[in-house]
Amino acid sequence: MLVLAVLVAPLVASICSGLVPWRRSIGWLGCWAMVVVSACGAALATRVLHGSSVTTLDGALRVDALSAVMVLVVGLVGTLACWQSVRYLAAEIEAGHCSRRHASLYGVLVQAFLAAMLLAVLAANLALTWVAIEATTIATTFLVGHRGTRKALEASWKYIAICSVGIATAFLGTVLVYLAALHAGSYVHAPASLDWTSLVAESHHLDRGVMRLATALLVLGYGTKVGLAPMHSWLPDAHSQAPAPVSALMSGVLLTVAFYALLRFKAVADGALGPGFPRLLLVIVGLLSLVVAASLLIAQHDYKRMLAYSSIEHMGLIALGAAAGTPLAIAAVLLHVLGHGLTKAVLFLSSGEILSSEGTSEIGEVRALLARRPALGAIFGLALVALLGLPPFSLFVSELGMIRAEVEVGLGWAAGVALACMVVVFAAMTSHGRQLLLGPVGPGEHASRTPGIVVVPLVSALVACALLGVLAWPLAPLLRAAAKTVAL
Amino acid sequence: MSQSGYVAMLDLGAGVVLVCAVVTLWRRSLAAIVRALALQGVALGGVALFLGLRQHDGALVVVSLVVVGEKGAAIPAVLMRVVPRGPTSRELSPLVNVPASLVAAGALTLLAFAVSGPVVALVPTTTGRLVPLGLATVLIGVLAMAVRKKAVSQIVGLLLVDNGIALVAFLATGGFPLVVELGASLDVLLVVVVLRVLGSEMRSRYGVLDLDELQELHD
Repeated sequence: MLVLAVLVAPLVASICSGLVPWRRSIGWLGCWAMVVVSACGAALATRVLHGSSVTTLDGALRVDALSAVMVLVVGLVGTLACWQSVRYLAAEIEAGHCSRRHASLYGVLVQAFLAAMLLAVLAANLALTWVAIEATTIATTFLVGHRGTRKALEASWKYIAICSVGIATAFLGTVLVYLAALHAGSYVHAPASLDWTSLVAESHHLDRGVMRLATALLVLGYGTKVGLAPMHSWLPDAHSQAPAPVSALMSGVLLTVAFYALLRFKAVADGALGPGFPRLLLVIVGLLSLVVAASLLIAQHDYKRMLAYSSIEHMGLIALGAAAGTPLAIAAVLLHVLGHGLTKAVLFLSSGEILSSEGTSEIGEVRALLARRPALGAIFGLALVALLGLPPFSLFVSELGMIRAEVEVGLGWAAGVALACMVVVFAAMTSHGRQLLLGPVGPGEHASRTPGIVVVPLVSALVACALLGVLAWPLAPLLRAAAKTVAL
Repeated sequence: MSQSGYVAMLDLGAGVVLVCAVVTLWRRSLAAIVRALALQGVALGGVALFLGLRQHDGALVVVSLVVVGEKGAAIPAVLMRVVPRGPTSRELSPLVNVPASLVAAGALTLLAFAVSGPVVALVPTTTGRLVPLGLATVLIGVLAMAVRKKAVSQIVGLLLVDNGIALVAFLATGGFPLVVELGASLDVLLVVVVLRVLGSEMRSRYGVLDLDELQELHD
């Protein structure tokens, strides 16, 4: 029941957006759908805390602790993004950039996109997860191009072309895993061999040669959707051109939903090949992503692109964490997924506010935000502090946890390289942040207020992130249970 | 059909799939490229049909008919309608010239044979040895997407990747479960439609004839 509610809520909101002409109440309906998803996620989490799982629809959907964590992440970030979408669409309609029909289309696609992500994390079966992740690409392409500018159209073309190749590569990997499972010998029914749990249970019978090829294809393929180098080039374009709430969803959750698929496959690959080979692949793509992100952040001149490259950096960090693969590492990865989701959503949403009031996304043309828009500037600044991994926010704790786990399994050298990249990122982003937030206020400029409707959700998200960092409350037992499902 | 006839038909079908992929690299005329893609779709459907009949697998026969209808007819028809007339209907300046990309295609085919060893070893039947042809088609598709600048030829590259994967799936596993296979086909169709809509949006709003005119996003 709860599992189905998670999928039905966004679907109902999607259908309503399609049938009823756009008005604010429809936007709020979408936001409520995400509140329902978060509540169901929390209820499911309490049920699966002790390692059990809830299945439904003849076993097609299954929720274990890992799925529950992901449902919570999607629900919480989705609530933030849908809340802000109402304001975004109202402003676009008022400015004449967007018709009511276009606003309805936005509502339909955002909720369909959320439903696809939820299906991806609930599916018990690796093929269904693949179909759902592919569906997210289709749903988001028009969202990336929603503003209809020339650049937005170029970004959406690049996005769908590159991600389709990536997801096709992941499909080839999936076919090979299926092939290995077909020949593993102990299956009676072929369809059962696509199930996550039975695959993990059978993993040591899988053919090693085929699994090695499959793992490489899956890391490359799903890695494209995660935004891991070398297939990351679509990400800065798509995330910077999309409307702010869509960027928040894409950066905050879509990347990590794709990463969720990698975590599941990694558990299968670890069983078939031992931890060495998957670890090697993840370390390579993780470090490459960190280096790419660090080097392109230094001279970045666009604050939305800056946030996009920072997402590549954080995906690199969780890839390294997953490479370590111990229960501590996976718990830290999942905490990082949640913390990054929340802070990156706050940053993209507040950058959308900045863009709509300043009219430019150039870092050099915006200054003194703290003086001119105190509330907005403070939120942006604090979220930046959180993103850079400073205490008391949860990213500090999760980064520390991942580094400790990496050192424990002998990946200390990789952690060292990662730290060096993080120092570069830190320097670059503080300097860009200073440029945006500080500086002299021009004559005749007054501090303007930021409406409470913007401030309330963003501040709550930052408070949640700080609470998680200080107390790890109330998630610690859930994260430990989730880590057990895929850790070494 | 005798065993040798069946094997010969499979060899022929898989061979045609790969040859069509190479033809799309060789020809510059977009119309010819789309025609090669259509032929490839038909050959792919043929492979699935033979496998399905041989293994008495009704689902695979259904899939083969869907493949012929979708990849042999529907998608090429959609693409043919957007192939522009006149001088823009040719791929004039790909990033890598035609002879070099043909050499690259040869190298990729060798690579495909090299890496698919474990797959060939695992599949006991005669179909397994044709798997490298599917993999080579995938790699050629990626190459086409990387070096071609026209919207139509990029879409064709993506479809080559997809057809290659389908060929591997048919030959190595006798096809995925029907639902997955149909889901994947629907996805491909949707992607092509989305790409087409994007392309016509670019043309109608900004007068952009093709992708090579879009170079604004970079670092």
